[in-house]
Amino acid sequence: MTLATHDVRWGAGGRLIVDGVSLAVEPGRVLGLIGPNGSGKSSLLRLLCRLRRVASGVVTLDGQDIAGVGRRDLARRLAFVEQQASTDIQLTVCDVVRLGRTPHRAAFASWTAEDEKAVDAALQRVGLMGRHDQHWHTLSGGERQRVHIARALAQEPRELILDEPTNHLDIQHQLSILGLVRRLGVTCIVALHDLNLASLFCDRIGVLSAGRLLAAGLPEEVLTPALIREVFGVDVTIRVGANGHRHIDYLVDHEPGPRP
Amino acid sequence: MSHLVIGPNWPARIALAGLSLVALAFAIALAVTVGEMPIPLNVAFRALGNGLFDLGYPVSAIQQGVIFEYRLSRALMAALCGGALALSGAILQALLRNPLAEPYILGVSAGASTGAVCVMILGFGGATLGLSGGAFLGSVAALVMVGLLAAGAGGGSDRVILAGVAGSQLFNAATATIVTTMASAEQARGVMFWLLGNFGGVRWSDLWVAAPVALLGFLVCMVHAKALDAFAFGADAAASLGIHVTRVRLVLLATTALLTATMVAIVGTVGFVGLVIPHAARFLVGPSHARLLPACLIVGAVFMILADVLSRILVPQQILPIGIVTALVGAPAFAFILYRARRPA
Repeated sequence: MTLATHDVRWGAGGRLIVDGVSLAVEPGRVLGLIGPNGSGKSSLLRLLCRLRRVASGVVTLDGQDIAGVGRRDLARRLAFVEQQASTDIQLTVCDVVRLGRTPHRAAFASWTAEDEKAVDAALQRVGLMGRHDQHWHTLSGGERQRVHIARALAQEPRELILDEPTNHLDIQHQLSILGLVRRLGVTCIVALHDLNLASLFCDRIGVLSAGRLLAAGLPEEVLTPALIREVFGVDVTIRVGANGHRHIDYLVDHEPGPRP
Repeated sequence: MSHLVIGPNWPARIALAGLSLVALAFAIALAVTVGEMPIPLNVAFRALGNGLFDLGYPVSAIQQGVIFEYRLSRALMAALCGGALALSGAILQALLRNPLAEPYILGVSAGASTGAVCVMILGFGGATLGLSGGAFLGSVAALVMVGLLAAGAGGGSDRVILAGVAGSQLFNAATATIVTTMASAEQARGVMFWLLGNFGGVRWSDLWVAAPVALLGFLVCMVHAKALDAFAFGADAAASLGIHVTRVRLVLLATTALLTATMVAIVGTVGFVGLVIPHAARFLVGPSHARLLPACLIVGAVFMILADVLSRILVPQQILPIGIVTALVGAPAFAFILYRARRPA
C-alpha cells in the first residue's frame, strides 16, 4: 500500500464532510472515487495531499504519517491535479510544466539539465511535445488538463491525485485523458462522475456518500444496481458488452411524478 | 517568448543589468539638470563630486545646493519610492491573483496615511513610534481589515478589490476626520499637501531610512520569487508544489506593508505606480518573478524619477503633487487593464 487513509475525519463550518474514511491504493494502480455532488470526494483528495489537515485519523504514505513529512518532500513524491485550475497570467505551456520542478529546486538554484529532461519527458508523455511556446489561454479544456498532468508529472511523483480531471470535457477528451492516466503507470487516485468511465478505467472503485465510504473494491463488485440505487437514487441495469466491458444503462422514467 | 524560469544565461543578464543602470543614470541626470534653474550636466557632475567626495570643484553655492541638497536627494527618493511601490504591486498581484491589486487600490496606502496622521496630529506613540512606525501599523491594520472583509464576503480574487475600495474609503475618511477636527489650519494644509504625494521635503536622512528598507524588501521578495511563480494557479496549487502558503503570504504581505508604509511616511500616498509598473515590466521581461521583480524595481524607479521631473516642469512656477502626475498616467492604464481582464460575456 502506498497511500492510505485510516478512519479520517474532516469538517468545515461545523459540518462533517469526510466521516471516518479508511481506504488504500496499491502501487501502480488506479483507484476511482465516485459519489454524488457534495459526497466529500474533493475534500478527501485534499486531505490525501495534505492541502487540508485531518481533524482525526491519519493519512499514511508508505506507512508513514504524512503530517510529519515536509511540504517540499511531499511535493516530490505526490502530485495533485485540480479540477479546472486556470490563471490570468500570460503563461506558456512550458512555463506551466516547469512549475512542476518547484519542489526540486532551491530558492536561487538555476535551471538544470535534469529539470529540462523532466519537463520534456512530461510533455512527451501527455502528447504535447513541440507545443512548448503555445500560450495557456489559447489551449482547449482538454489540452489544459493535459498540461496540468504534465506539470504534475514534472514533479516526478510516485502518486498522482486527480480531482475530476474530465469535468466539462467532451467525450473524446474524457476518454483520452483517462486513457492517458491509465497508461502512466503511476499510482493514481482519481475522482470521477461518470460511472461507466470509472468502471472502464479504474482498477478499484471507492464509493463515497455523505462523507462515508460505502463500498470499495473491483468495479464489478462495487457497481451493482442496488448500490447505485442507494447512493445516487437512480435505477440501472448492467449488461456485459461483446468486448467484455460492463455498461451501466440508466432507466429513465418519462412519466411525471414519483414511481409507483 | 516568455519562459517562467531562465537558464544560466549570464551574458544576457549582465547586459540587462547594464542597460538598467544606464536608464537609471540617464533619468537621474535628467532630474538633476532639468527644472526652474537649468543646470548643465558637467556642472551637475562637479556638484556631485563636491557633495560626495569633497573634490572642491568651483561650483556656485546656489547650484551646489540645488543639485546636491535638493534635486539629487529628491531623485534618489523618487527612485526608491517608485521601485518599492512597483515591487509591492507585483507581490500583491501574484499573491491575490488579481491584476488590479496594488497598495493604493487595496487601501494599504490609505491605512498607512491614517497611521502617520495619528502620530503626526494626535501624537500617538510620540517619538518612539515615529511617522514610519505609525504608517506601518496603519498599513498592517488596513491589510488585515481588507483581508477579513474579503474573506467574509466569500473570498475570491475579485472580492479583495471590492474590500480594498471599502477599506481605502474608510481609512481616507478617518484621515480626513482627524485632519479636519484635530489639526490646526497650518497642520491641515501641510498634511493635505503631503497626502497627495510630494518629494519636496525629502532630505538625505530620509534616504538613509528608505534605502535599507527598499533593499531589504527587495531581497525578501527575491528569495520568494519561485514561490510567487507557484501561485499562478492559486494557493492550493502552490501548496501542492511544496510551498508553505501561509508563511509565504505572511512574510510577503508584511514586506509589502513595510515598503508601502515607509514610502507613505516620507512622500505621502502615490497611486497607480504599483498597478501600472508591474504590468509594464511583465510586458518587458515576462511573468517569471526572478526577472519580474528586478524589472519592477528598475522600471518603477525610472518611471517615478521622470514623473517627478514632469511634476516640476508641467506647470511653470509650480510643483504639482506627484500623486496627480502618476494618476494622470495611471487612471487610463487602470481602465485599460480592467478592459483587458474582462470576462468573456
